[in-house]
Order: sequence, then C-alpha cells, then structure tokens
Amino acid sequence: MYRYDEFDATFVRQRVDQFRGQVERRVNGELSEEEFRPLRLMNGLYLQLHAYMLRVAVPYGTLNSAQMRKLAFIADTYDRGYGHFTTRQNIQYNWPRLPDVPDILEHLAEVEMHAIQTSGNCIRNVTADHWAGVAADEAEDPRPHAELMRQWSSLHPEFSFLPRKFKIAVTGASADRAAIRYHDIGLRLKKNGQGEVGFEVFAGGGMGRTPMLAPRVRDWLAKEDLLPYLEAIMRVYNLHGRRDNKYKARIKILVHALGAEEFTAQVEREYARIDAPHIEPEQQELKRIAAYFAPPDYDALPGDDPALALRLEKHEDFAGWVERNVSAHRAPGYGIVNISLKPIGGIPGDASSDQMRAVADLAETFSLDEIRISHEQNLVLPNVAKRDLFALWQSLGEHSLADANIGLASDIIACPGLDYCGLATARSIPIAQDISRRLGDPARQREIGDMKIKISGCINACGHHHAGHIGILGLEKRGEEYYQITLGGSGDERASVGEIIGPGFSAENLTDAVETIVDTYMGLRENGETFLEAYRRVGPDPFKEAVYATH
Amino acid sequence: MPLIRNGEIVADTWRVLEEVEDIPAEGDVIVSLERLKNSTKQIAARADRTGVAIENSADPVELEAHLAHLDLIALEFPAFTDGRAYSQARRLRTQYGFTGELRARGNVLVDQAGFLKQVGFDSFEVTDGQSLEIWNASARSMTLTYQRGYDGGQAIREFAR
Ligand code: SF4
Repeated sequence: MYRYDEFDATFVRQRVDQFRGQVERRVNGELSEEEFRPLRLMNGLYLQLHAYMLRVAVPYGTLNSAQMRKLAFIADTYDRGYGHFTTRQNIQYNWPRLPDVPDILEHLAEVEMHAIQTSGNCIRNVTADHWAGVAADEAEDPRPHAELMRQWSSLHPEFSFLPRKFKIAVTGASADRAAIRYHDIGLRLKKNGQGEVGFEVFAGGGMGRTPMLAPRVRDWLAKEDLLPYLEAIMRVYNLHGRRDNKYKARIKILVHALGAEEFTAQVEREYARIDAPHIEPEQQELKRIAAYFAPPDYDALPGDDPALALRLEKHEDFAGWVERNVSAHRAPGYGIVNISLKPIGGIPGDASSDQMRAVADLAETFSLDEIRISHEQNLVLPNVAKRDLFALWQSLGEHSLADANIGLASDIIACPGLDYCGLATARSIPIAQDISRRLGDPARQREIGDMKIKISGCINACGHHHAGHIGILGLEKRGEEYYQITLGGSGDERASVGEIIGPGFSAENLTDAVETIVDTYMGLRENGETFLEAYRRVGPDPFKEAVYATH
Repeated sequence: MPLIRNGEIVADTWRVLEEVEDIPAEGDVIVSLERLKNSTKQIAARADRTGVAIENSADPVELEAHLAHLDLIALEFPAFTDGRAYSQARRLRTQYGFTGELRARGNVLVDQAGFLKQVGFDSFEVTDGQSLEIWNASARSMTLTYQRGYDGGQAIREFAR
C-alpha cells in the first residue's frame, strides 16, 4: 500500500489548515454560503436535507486497518456510530457539525487520509478495480497509476473549476469490475504484442439523465504519457465543455456533440503541443510509487487446502459463503474474500463502527493488513490464505458480516435517496430493503443466480441504475414517488445501458413487479444462462408482457 | 477595484479603452480583441504599452500574430466557478510563450489566489472588500504542489523524494 512521505503529509496538513481558516471565515460571516460552497465541496462537505454530509476519500478503494479504525472512531465521535460506503469507493458521514469538520480532517490526516475533491466540479477521487493487484486476470496492478493520478489531480490549479464533476476509473484486468466506460475517463491497462503494458483510453461516459458509454479515444498510450495525455483531455473539456446548463455540462455531452472522432482529434492536437516533458513524472518517481504496491510476501502454499475441503463438505453454510464470496486470487493457496454489506433487509453499504473495527482486526490477522471498498458497496479482504477461511468466516458471522450473497439478488446497490439526499426525488433505501426481503431467501437467490439490482433516488444515478441488470429509478409526480424500471444494463467489459420497460410503479407495487421480472426469467432461461444473458437473448418483450399484464 | 501584484496593492497604470475612444499615442491602454485586430498597425506604432482583454471563450490563437506588441493580456472570470481562463492562461504561457503581464479580472476570489498564480497570472483585480492580508495568506496557504510544469509553490519535481 502507498504510504505518505513528508511531501504528502505536509500537503494534506496544509489543506486542513487552509480549510480551517475558510470554515472560520464562514462561521464569522466573512464568507457567504455562495462563496463557501465550492470551497467546502472541494473538501468533501455537502449540505444535505437534515445536516452536513462529509464524504471521505478512500483513494482507489484501498485502506489498511489503522485507517479503518480511524473511520470507526470518527463514526463514534462525530456521527451516530455508523458510516455509509458509496458507489465511489468512499465513505460518507451523515451527521457531522460544520465546526467539527476541520478536526475530523485532522484525524484523517493522522492516518494519511483526506476528503479532498470528493465533491465539487473538479477531478474526483479516482476509482479502481477493487481486486486490483490480486485478481487472477490482470495485466498489471492499476493502483500505482491511480495513486499517481490522485497526486496529479489533487488541487490541480488548472482543473479545479471545471464545467462539472469529473470521474476517472482505472482497471488492469480483462474483466471490468470498475465500470470504466461509465466514467468521464476510463483507463484499462493491457499488454501489446511485444509484451509492453500501456493504456487503452475511453472518454465521455457517464450516467445521470443522459447515460452514455465512453467511446475509445486511444487504443494505446504508453504508460509514461498518461499525465500529459490526461491534461490534454482535461484542457479540451475545460475550455469547451458547456457551462450554460448543468445537465449538459459533463464531458459526455461535449464528446457526443462533437462526435468521438472530432473530440479525439481535438485532444490529439492539444496533446501534440502540450508541454509533455515537463508534465511527465520522472521514471524514478513512477518506480517509487510502484514499489509500494509490490506484491506482499505470500506464504508458499499448495493451491488447495485439504482442511478446507473437509470443512466445505461438512458445513453447508460455509460452503455457500465460499462459493459466492471468495474469488480467485493470483497467489496459490489464497483467496479474495468479499464481505457483504447487504444483510437481508439492511441498508446497502452501511457499516457500524463495531463492524468497521471488526473488519480492521480481521484484516490485520488474516489479510496482510489490507482492506478494499468496492463500488458495489461491499468490503474486500484481498489476501486471505485458504487455510484461514473457516476461522475468518466464523468471526465475520459474529459481527453479522457473513451474508453469502455477493452478486446475488439481495446484493443491491442503492444511493441514500430521500432519506438523506437533498437532491432526491424518491426514497431508495426502503425500496432496497423491501426487495432484499422479498428475494433474499438463501436458496431462492442462489437459484436465481447472478443478478445486479441497482437503485437511484433521482436522475443523477448515484445508484448506477443504468448499469443494473434490473435498474430502478425513483421519481416524483405530483407529490407521489414512483419508480421506473430499466432492464439489461451492465457495467462490465460488455457494458450496456438499461432500457426502460414502460410506465413506472408505485412504491407499493414495485417489489411485485421486480419479482415478476425475476420469475419470468426463471421460466424462460435456458442452459443455466444468467439473467443478463437471457435478457440479451430474448429482449424486453416477455418481461413487459408479464409485468404489465399483472399490474 | 484594487489591483494586486507581487503581493501588494498597486496603482493601476492601465486604462481600459472605451470602444468609441480613439487609440491614444501615449498611456498604457487595454483594448478589445476586435480593436486589436482592426488597428494592428496603429497599435504597433504606439510609444506606450498596449494590452488586450479577451473573453474566456476566445482561443488564444487569435492573439498569436499580435503578441509582439502586447504587454498585458487580461483574462475574464465572469463567475469564480467558470474556470476557462485558467486554461487560457496556461496556453498563453506555455504554448505561445507570452511573458508579459497576465491579469485576472471579474469575479476573482481570494481563495483562488494560489491556483491563479500557478497557471501564470501575475496581477489580480480583486473584488472590493477583500483584504490584502487574507489574499496573501491564501496565496501562501499551500506551499506544495503535485503538478509538474506549473509555477507557484514548491513543485513535486523539486522535492527530493
Ligand atoms: S441519485 Fe439522486 S438521490 Fe441518490 S444520492 Fe445521487 S443525487 Fe441523491
């Protein structure tokens, strides 16, 4: 894992002091709310329905036990004993008081964390594959590049007042777990014929009211050229992105208006005259960062653990959990453990401070002190020896963290919605809870198989509904909440945008409709195809017929 | 509107020329882009300095032919949240080699002091009521910068890592 050096540490401390001064000026009236707004946003502080909300960055979703314990401490001291992990691999606190925020930031700085640029019209916290560095299907660990981008984008003097927020995601794997084509810039590390590793670059993707998949703007970019090339994209966007209408201000609109070809040509022109030698990081600097992400010292273990095989036979529950929650690791004898934050009927992504501390302890004991946050609002212990799986599973169970539902129907993504968010048009948490209860019977959801249900409480799509196999969007008409269903969305390497199936549903009827869709799929699936495969084969009609015939 | 340069409030020797006024032979004046294009010869022959104010949607390429006669370029912030002029400034400095005065005007906020300096601005027309003290404190609040190739604080490249 990356560790701050003196430069990073000083930078973050100065930022805390700077914000402390700004908060003081706000509190004593020197700054108006309008002037304070972009400043607080660039420090992760929102004004929500009931209170301020602080969004803390977990850069590329990686953290250690000490950091997780600090998050628990903040939840206890400044919030109500819990935190909410988001689709941006961040954590949000819903009840901080404004005068406390500089202190919270100071606590974070102690463990090399911050809230810089987790909101505002700037380059947001960079996200990455949550299995980075341990996945079996990876060309190269994307995290050194993600860290380089974290540094480069932090208080970038030229790109801190963009037309709109800007999100970058990076993966090094062939399977896309970071939904890169749904981002403003999506990066994929790949190998060419000579065995060199470089980037495939996508730009202009996004969700919101006009969902778009990013087209490819560069098939191959040498690794060293990443920052100059990013600056070229950012400059074209900063100068030409629309600023007259906030709903048309994202880069996807610019790319769409110009066409991918013309946009790419403009970027290439800018890139050709950019001061690249000045912007490029030095080789030794790249090496310095990469060294922090060198694979840890794994024990030399046999690929299969005999004791594990025995346990799997004897404990059905344990076997079910291993099947769903443990994924292939690149080191023999190890597994990637995914911890579900989706208990049946619970709030997706919420964790209590006790649970955070438990995960911190378990990461120390079983996962070489490393934890990940996934954009699917779950946690990951990336380095667990197979021989430890049973003990880990038992401990997780003691903290209600052993739900065996990763990737299943109750592993629902949901944004905070009307329960917290000032922009919401409808509730999303209670909807998620209801669907989870309805479909959450362990045998039933295993039978249904891979299923991504994603719920947003408004058109901003923080719940990634466009990428849901079943997507749900909460809207409002004449004071009544209603919900639109989309089908067939996906954020993986075969990304697609879900299609609206027809008129919306009331909160009362929604879960029935979702269940009908699931039952329809169960009835028509062939040869064990997943919901998404079946949908791609048969299209929306059978689902529409079933849903609108009964409602 | 106080003018800040090099950390001090200074008298503004520049005058923005009204469209109806003739271009004077003497005195430091700031003209519009239209004026600059239409009166190139007259401006080239002036004894005193000439500057130009451009909108933040203008492409600096339009100034290219005139740079030799320009001592100041004023860039516009219609709202402090509209950051186009940062990229214009950057382009003028690095791609067109402009070494004269780069002035930020419009809705220029004290909390942007550091960023403005880093992209190459060196004078600032700040809104009334912002104190010089706070301005300078803000400009100095971050002494480190991660970005390579930008001015300002101690850049990462100079830092022994
Ligand atoms: S999708 Fe809408 S309601 Fe949900 S968190 Fe985002 S802005 Fe708020």
